[in-house]
Amino acid sequence: MTDFLTVTFTVATFASGVRLATPYLLAALGETLGQRSGVLNLGVDGVMLLGAFFSYWAVLQTDSIAVGLLVGIGVGLVLGVVYATVTVVFRAEQGISGIGIFLFGLGMSALLFEEWVGTPRPISSFDKLAIPLLSDIPKIGDMFFNHNLLVYVSMLLVPGLTLLVNRTTFGLNVRAVGETPEAADSLGVSVAWTRAICILIGNGLAGLAGAALAIEIGIFQHNLTNQIGFIAIALVYFGAWRPTGVVAGSLLYGLVTSTVNQWKTAGLVTGAASSFTTMAPALLTIVALVVIARRTAAQPAALTLPFVRGH
Amino acid sequence: MLAGRRARSRRATLARLGGISVGGSAVILALLIGAAMILGLGANPLEGYGELLKGAFGGTEELAESAAKAMPLLFVGTGICVAFRAKVINIGGEGQIIAGGLLSTMTALAVPDLPAIILIPLVLFMGLVGGAIWGGIPGALKAYLGVNEILSTIMLNLVAVQLFNYLLRAPLMDPKQIELGTRIPQTRRLSENADLPILIEGTRFHLGVVVALIAAAVAWFFLWRTTTGYRVRAVGASAPAARYAGMPVKRMTMLALTISGALGGLAGACLVFGSETHRLQTEGFATGFTGSAGFNGIVAALFGGLHPLFTIPSSFLFGGLLVGANAMQRVIQIPVDLVIGLNGLIVVFVVSSNTLRERLSRYMSIAGEAAEHEEVGGHQAPVVDEAGPSEPTDAPDGGDDPVRTLESEP
Repeated sequence: MTDFLTVTFTVATFASGVRLATPYLLAALGETLGQRSGVLNLGVDGVMLLGAFFSYWAVLQTDSIAVGLLVGIGVGLVLGVVYATVTVVFRAEQGISGIGIFLFGLGMSALLFEEWVGTPRPISSFDKLAIPLLSDIPKIGDMFFNHNLLVYVSMLLVPGLTLLVNRTTFGLNVRAVGETPEAADSLGVSVAWTRAICILIGNGLAGLAGAALAIEIGIFQHNLTNQIGFIAIALVYFGAWRPTGVVAGSLLYGLVTSTVNQWKTAGLVTGAASSFTTMAPALLTIVALVVIARRTAAQPAALTLPFVRGH
Repeated sequence: MLAGRRARSRRATLARLGGISVGGSAVILALLIGAAMILGLGANPLEGYGELLKGAFGGTEELAESAAKAMPLLFVGTGICVAFRAKVINIGGEGQIIAGGLLSTMTALAVPDLPAIILIPLVLFMGLVGGAIWGGIPGALKAYLGVNEILSTIMLNLVAVQLFNYLLRAPLMDPKQIELGTRIPQTRRLSENADLPILIEGTRFHLGVVVALIAAAVAWFFLWRTTTGYRVRAVGASAPAARYAGMPVKRMTMLALTISGALGGLAGACLVFGSETHRLQTEGFATGFTGSAGFNGIVAALFGGLHPLFTIPSSFLFGGLLVGANAMQRVIQIPVDLVIGLNGLIVVFVVSSNTLRERLSRYMSIAGEAAEHEEVGGHQAPVVDEAGPSEPTDAPDGGDDPVRTLESEP
């Protein structure tokens, strides 16, 4: 038991938890914005998979992580255009169309990987970027200020998104469109465009999340995300549709994952029992969903409801 | 009255034909995109699709193989029909298949010596129970605690996979694997008394396929010929109206997901005992065992207009696509994953075509009925209505309009 604790509460575990939280955080922040505008995007995992594959492939070709990240965002934006068309123009049932996008991403990323790469080859991973002074703080410095650039970017997105949603005209429109689209529409706010932009940003972030994951691991494989995209959606509920809540949830997931990894490395959990530790995040999510279910007031009122003028 | 009914059923048939043509266009569009991709990958799409068709429907053996592949899709798809009619979205097919497979396997390991006539029904029943548990949990969570069933079913998929991995790596592992030290995560060959009999000699057409067909028929009977099924649909069409009529809305919601899960569980049991190896094994992921039927079943159900009987040909089509994809891979070296991706596109196209379908059905002069129905259902028409090829209340086999009949109920 003490072994479990000493392995768990180390700076290394914590630091790796912060790093592992990044894909969850990026995807969940994107989903938060989408849901605030009233659109549930269940396709996050598929977008992440395609983003991950294309950025992996781009890094393999160019050996440039920056190109890889940009490609990830680009893939997300392209799929965002598709999803915006499906949900906003065709007003498709969001709970199902997202599953279609997921299947598409799952199949296509595996197909292209087989065709273009075949045998997995590792790619170069992120460089660490220690923040001067702050990274010198004992313990705290290593936990928070000695990571790759993307970790900082994703963390800065939290206050950024909060400000965007709460303090800008666009954010006001987003909230209005997500709560009472009829009212927003009557005031001349374009429900369609507002939602489309939110979907685009959200999918771009999902693509980036996939890129972050592939580059962090340095490899691509079939179903690389293993449902991280779905957990990211759950994190939005977990965080009660607020970026600050979402970051707390993401960090919790990163920490659970890194702790489990450390246990495995230390040989504390072996063989078949490791299944239970892998199961932990999913169980945790279910518990979180039960707890959060009582707070339905926080949910955007028009979530999953397509908007038709005059209804 | 009779004439009105006949006219209505004629309109419904027209609308259904319209719906099928929209669904057919979705498949054709997806296949065209697939062809462009095959071309882009440097292979011949005509040759590929030719192999696909031949591999899927080219002969008795191929047809039987397609039917066997369609079996889990039909089970899951039928379950999806029941759930979606109650406006419950069940994404947990994968987990439910695994739960059914595990419980039926454990049963066969526990009582291997029972005669086949008892053991086969028993393992199938235990599969059903396993799936029902795995569907009942999110059902109860949704009905009584308001937990979003989409997310909880997805999470239960992950839990089921890990439970599956654990059980096959430890307590259920073949003793021979432990003895030899190879430790392949699989059970020993399960009792021969539990083997699902092959019904067409020399093919893989086993009893499970027939059970799936029966399940679809029973689901149709349940939904349109029983009071409980009627209540399930009424809850899906309008929960407030159903509540106002004194129906147990929560119980119906839970029931729909439980039935949906039970059908997935049956698929799991049939997959184990109808398999060629007659053992349960894991590759670490769900797909190895389920063949992604939990997701592909959704595609089949949507394509079948969320109607259990129409899901039969639809499942057969998608089963065939999957079987044919293997043949295609052998000849033009395009991985089977293409079909999974195309299935995703088909889902997107089918659900996107609702707006188109609405216009189509209005064109076919059922506007009056549709509008009347929408008024009752509120501004957001229930998913069951939108995704079906026709208004479910207009279906020839389910002519009772939930709202109109509501008033005549005591």
